[in-house]
Amino acid sequence: MSPLLDVQNLSIGFGEDPPVVAFVSFQVNAGETLAIVGESGSGKTLTCRSILRILPGAAQLRSGMVKFGAGGAQTDLLRLTPRQIRDIRGDRISMIFQEPMRSLSPLHRIGNQVSEVLTLHRDMSFAQAKKDVLATFERVGFNDPERAFRSYPFEMSGGMRQRAMIAMAMVAKPDLLIADEPTTALDVTTQAQVLGLMKDLQRDTGMAMILVTHDLGVVANMADSVVVMNKGHVMESGPAPAVLGDPGHGYTQKLFAAAPMILEVAKPAEPMVHDDPILELNSVSKTYVMRAGGWRAQHQITACKDVNVAVQRGKTLAIVGESGSGKTTCARIALGAETPDPGSQVLFRPTADGPPVSINEMSRAEKVAFQRQAQMVFQDPYSSLSPRMRVEQALTEPMEIHGIGNRLARRDKAAEMLRWVGLNPDMLKRYPHAFSGGQRQRLSIARALTLDPVLLVCDEPTSALDVSVQEQILTLLERIRDGMGLSYLFISHDLAVVARIADEVAVMRQGVVVEQAPPETLFYNPRHPYTKALIAAQPEPDVNRPIDLNEVAFGAGSSASWPDMYRFEGTDAPALVQIEPGHKVRCHV
Amino acid sequence: MMFLRYAAYRLLTMLLTLAVVSVLIFIIINLPPGDYLSNQIAELRATGQAEGVAKAEFLRQEYALDRPLWQQYLIWVGAIPGPQGFSGLLQGDFGWSFEFDAPVADIVGDALWLTVLVNLAAVLFVYMVALPLGVLAAARSATWVDYTTAFIGYLGLATPNFLLALMLFYYGHKYLGLPIGGLMDPQFEGEPMSFDKVKSILVHLIVPTFVIGTSGAAGMMQRLRANMLDELSKPYVETGVAKGLSPTKLLTKYPLRMAFNPFVADIGNLLPAMVSGSVLVSVVLGLQTIGPALLTALKSQDQFLAAFVLMFVALLTLIGTMISDLLLVLLDPRIRYGAREG
Repeated sequence: MSPLLDVQNLSIGFGEDPPVVAFVSFQVNAGETLAIVGESGSGKTLTCRSILRILPGAAQLRSGMVKFGAGGAQTDLLRLTPRQIRDIRGDRISMIFQEPMRSLSPLHRIGNQVSEVLTLHRDMSFAQAKKDVLATFERVGFNDPERAFRSYPFEMSGGMRQRAMIAMAMVAKPDLLIADEPTTALDVTTQAQVLGLMKDLQRDTGMAMILVTHDLGVVANMADSVVVMNKGHVMESGPAPAVLGDPGHGYTQKLFAAAPMILEVAKPAEPMVHDDPILELNSVSKTYVMRAGGWRAQHQITACKDVNVAVQRGKTLAIVGESGSGKTTCARIALGAETPDPGSQVLFRPTADGPPVSINEMSRAEKVAFQRQAQMVFQDPYSSLSPRMRVEQALTEPMEIHGIGNRLARRDKAAEMLRWVGLNPDMLKRYPHAFSGGQRQRLSIARALTLDPVLLVCDEPTSALDVSVQEQILTLLERIRDGMGLSYLFISHDLAVVARIADEVAVMRQGVVVEQAPPETLFYNPRHPYTKALIAAQPEPDVNRPIDLNEVAFGAGSSASWPDMYRFEGTDAPALVQIEPGHKVRCHV
Repeated sequence: MMFLRYAAYRLLTMLLTLAVVSVLIFIIINLPPGDYLSNQIAELRATGQAEGVAKAEFLRQEYALDRPLWQQYLIWVGAIPGPQGFSGLLQGDFGWSFEFDAPVADIVGDALWLTVLVNLAAVLFVYMVALPLGVLAAARSATWVDYTTAFIGYLGLATPNFLLALMLFYYGHKYLGLPIGGLMDPQFEGEPMSFDKVKSILVHLIVPTFVIGTSGAAGMMQRLRANMLDELSKPYVETGVAKGLSPTKLLTKYPLRMAFNPFVADIGNLLPAMVSGSVLVSVVLGLQTIGPALLTALKSQDQFLAAFVLMFVALLTLIGTMISDLLLVLLDPRIRYGAREG
């Protein structure tokens, strides 16, 4: 039997340059899932887009065929007229994109955008199309399809929007679905649920799927066969169990080594010793009052409530949670960038024996000193460095602001910091655009270090990076922490990343800490349903350990469905209780 | 319902703004020392015409120019009684023009509506030209279509309006038989509306509309093009392509709709720019709008006339911004439902 899709010798290039996709071949059989795995710049996205010929204007298709068709009749998609390929798009082959936030038009109702596929390809009236769309909405998990039909995208969460995108791609019952990093922008628990949904839909309809991803864990959960790409070339391909079970190519092995994993733990960790906190958040709450204006009524939003955490000197405290859990608010409060509600207390002890400074009641001099001692590393290395400043300027500016040293001394310090983060001091004269994402993140770490801080707040420092680069940055952060005696407050949505670097983890949900313990203890004996869901949702690059979707749906769902012990009553959560030394859980006892 | 509440709220803020503007206008007009009548009295005294002085003194009292400035303002607005009792803007009395020796209402009269007409025509022209050309330039960016429209646009921006007016009058008359100057043939002036009068006005409108609207259209076109190009690179456009939409349908349904926001928001900026821009053009083209009257009034410190014209321009501007604000709320659900999400 011939495959549904047969890509042969596909090459794509720009201008005179060598091809960025070179002689790529793969097949997809009806009803199967193929995963294309690679890091940014591997050409995986261009490859999948060339199937529907959705390529940037400057891209040239240099060679190859994309044969598509069930049974005997196969056509080469690359040689269809624009009209013919339009009839295929959305009807027989549909596509889901990475960013659900931006892939839907904000000005049109969801129902309008989804039913358009049917009115376009099926010659249906709007009323007929609406019936089909509502059925699909129900299938992808909207509780109230009518309401979803009437909604605008900005009224939905990221996960809901991605479900709407999936509905849009599925409504015409295509033969092939191409999903380009469909879950990368989603929280890990949402990702698990969306992946589960895609798998169910595939089983129901028997369509084939091409899944483009950088995450081997996603591959293990979804794919029948795998193509590993690097720099435009196919490194390795074959059935998923074979490739994942025994990776042959060195590059695949490297990807494996870098994939963050939640380890099997034999015993819980020793409880953390809390005797020398450098930073203490004591019953910190933050309520935002949304201003009434025009016709809007005033209302309140609780970003975080009664948070009690402490960073020990020389250690790392990680705050983990999904978007909207309040973790970033905590970081901003810790740095004094946000004023917490009255009654909250944030204490900073620059030295072990010195008196503590209350961050919200600092004098001007204390504030200046604090701004030297506490620094921040940001999430997006592409936008946190000014493109118009040379590396030297970017690295010496903080010292200049604080009036430290003379010009020469500042430059020496900048060069020294570059060496610390594994870059060459020759690079001082360059502009940020000459650096890769990982190198840029090294630069922002170097910039944070130039003032000799004692506390570093890292806000998702690796989530914009490829897995192999993420691994390097985490190693670097560990080395710097131990080499310079720094303390970290580490914010992340990824429990597996945090597991590597943190000495203690606080899991946040809906603005409160639900569980707090050293990572090994959390993995050994997770108690709270939400922590269990986070651990279960982590895709493991092992075909024999699929995600337990029930566990995820249960813990990440509404707090009302949790067992009585953990249930929230309105906004009143139960107290955080120590259930064993160094392990606190928010539950009724 | 929410929309009506917003509209009412917006109307209220507009009226408040208008009140503030009226204070500013009155202060600015009274900034130069003296007033029309004191200037005139000084002049009459110098030339020894005593009977004229008496009349001017009478007018000064009649229009309360001898009172403190804040009282003058309140009398002008009609908030406190003046020499003739309550008689100000609120009562529909726009004051007296000393320069023309007639009530302001009589002098501006028709000119008001002709001003509105000329500027509305220009605004329509701007939108009708900028919309298709801007979209076309964006859809065919970096091709000859784009370059040609950009060239014509920059030419339109760079050419001084009065020069354009003179050229268009000359060639329009020579080759198309278009009339020169004015807003209607002289025999219709002061006549009641008739079919022929409307026709005459329309023919006379062609050149002024073009002259006043060109630079606005050129600017608007470039803005629309830039907005469209931004929108065209957004992921939702790719979603549309992947759906199998045809290029035309895709372009008009999604990115154009998004690029429309700044387009609509511009109405508020466009109106005042045109009204003030058309003052000079009206003088050059001999249009019977309030432009020439404003110029004369400002030169001779004819304060009630000047104040009234300025108030009128301010009103047009405020109405323009209000219309664009209300349209935006209707067009963009994100603004309409912003409250729901918080």
